[in-house]
Amino acid sequence: MLEYIFFSTINSLLYGMLLFMLSSGLTLIFSMMGILNFAHASFFMLGAYFAYQISQFVGFWPGLVIAPLLVGVLGALVERYGLRSVHKHGHVAELLFTVGLAYLIEEIVMLIWGRNAVPYQIPNILDFALVNILGTDLSAYRVFMLVVSIGMFIFLFLVLTRSRIGLIIQAALTHPDGVSTLGHNVPGVFMLVFGGGSALAGLAGVIGGNYLITEPSMAAHLGPIVFVVIVVGGMGSLTGAFIASLLLGAIQTFAVGVQVSLSDLLALFGLTPEPSGLLKDFLRIQISHTGPILPYLFMVLMLIFRPKGLMGKRET
Amino acid sequence: MLEIKDLHAFYGRSHILQGVDIHIDKGQIVSLLGRNGVGRSTTCKAVMGLVPARGSIRYQGEEIVGLKPHLVARKGIGFVPEDRWIFPGLTVLQNLQLGLKSRKQKGRWEIKDVFTMFPNLKIRRDVQGGLISGGEKQMLTICRTLMGDPDFIMIDEPTEGLAPMLVEQLAGLIKEIAQRGVSVLLVEQKLSIALKISSRLYIMGHGRIVFEGTPEDLKTNQTVRKEWLEV
Repeated sequence: MLEYIFFSTINSLLYGMLLFMLSSGLTLIFSMMGILNFAHASFFMLGAYFAYQISQFVGFWPGLVIAPLLVGVLGALVERYGLRSVHKHGHVAELLFTVGLAYLIEEIVMLIWGRNAVPYQIPNILDFALVNILGTDLSAYRVFMLVVSIGMFIFLFLVLTRSRIGLIIQAALTHPDGVSTLGHNVPGVFMLVFGGGSALAGLAGVIGGNYLITEPSMAAHLGPIVFVVIVVGGMGSLTGAFIASLLLGAIQTFAVGVQVSLSDLLALFGLTPEPSGLLKDFLRIQISHTGPILPYLFMVLMLIFRPKGLMGKRET
Repeated sequence: MLEIKDLHAFYGRSHILQGVDIHIDKGQIVSLLGRNGVGRSTTCKAVMGLVPARGSIRYQGEEIVGLKPHLVARKGIGFVPEDRWIFPGLTVLQNLQLGLKSRKQKGRWEIKDVFTMFPNLKIRRDVQGGLISGGEKQMLTICRTLMGDPDFIMIDEPTEGLAPMLVEQLAGLIKEIAQRGVSVLLVEQKLSIALKISSRLYIMGHGRIVFEGTPEDLKTNQTVRKEWLEV
């Protein structure tokens, strides 16, 4: 039991931090520019593929730095030469642009790397059991992922709260026009944030791609859950995104180990209904099987009862 | 210093500014009066590049119509919006710091001047901008723009919702701004402050300038006041 709790905590933290790396960029981009970027998870996928390709030539470590930078530059170019032109036609056009871009990236990835998963491996130097806790090995790579994601979190926090550009970004979250009339280049800040957000997604891809599976559908798998994170956390709130990432990471990870069904719960209260047909099947569903749908259920409830999310600043 | 000629601006299909002409000389306080919705704020936003405009805006001899807002600001034009646009998550001090165009900018105004003029802002320097009072927000938004050391500043409806004592203080601040060589375009609804501190006045109606003159001219012209200002 203790072992289950310990490893589930580590796993949920890992998954949560990975989600945060994706959702932090997405939520900054949304609150600043009003763009719901459906291609955000595609940048995550590109991070993984770029890192795989680079690791083929020069190994994992240079890829860890180069791949996110490449993805960031690509994101900045998409903002500068794509979204900025589409912007004058309104938010619907922008949204459709990002949906199209997501498909485009997926097709291009399949053209270059094929439809099947690529063998993007974790580096040998980290491929060992760091410690054995309560009879189960904790792999060095998982600890490495945790360190990178926590490091990134601290870096992001410091940049946003301590640097001048961070203050400008925070100010532009609520009043972009106000910031520009003070002489700050807001379109430039937008490009930087879009590029930075893409780079973070790319970094998540680099360290997550070999832990998960690097395949063309990875963006489509992770994309929706990132939206759940920003809805639950509250659009435009980084703190909210952080809490929601950890929360959803925990819900999904812990649910897997809970072998309890609704009928078991009812039995606790002395209720033993004996229905037949569909209801019987429904009562017998175990919580462990509901893991994948729990976040979406959570999102739907959130939208009904608290549409601005946990920490949101605007009603959306 | 600033010369606006035949300025037109649109919001969607509505023609808001229909040929506005205004000129302001160095160190002058000029007021722009008129009822709500006649296009006074739009005039400021058009100068600032916040709404697309047609026509001519010459600032210190240079055509600036169509420039992006941050480039207009860097030419030396400041704008204090009616909505104040205080950054709610940043402290009073951080709001002021963002008024500086670069970290090292030195100009006519320093943060310590602001704190001397408005001791309340000094006391609340570490309080988030979203949590201070309406009057403090108004002073903060003007001072924030001053930190960028503009040579020309447009102040949109600064007295709205202010207690009479604060209005007095504000009039003092605007005079002080002009004394330091900064030209001011004051957009107002309250006739009293405009008559007291401006050297010239414009009145707008239906997207055009309908009157131009000195405070004396306006005081004696009942017809104009009745037709374009009184409700």
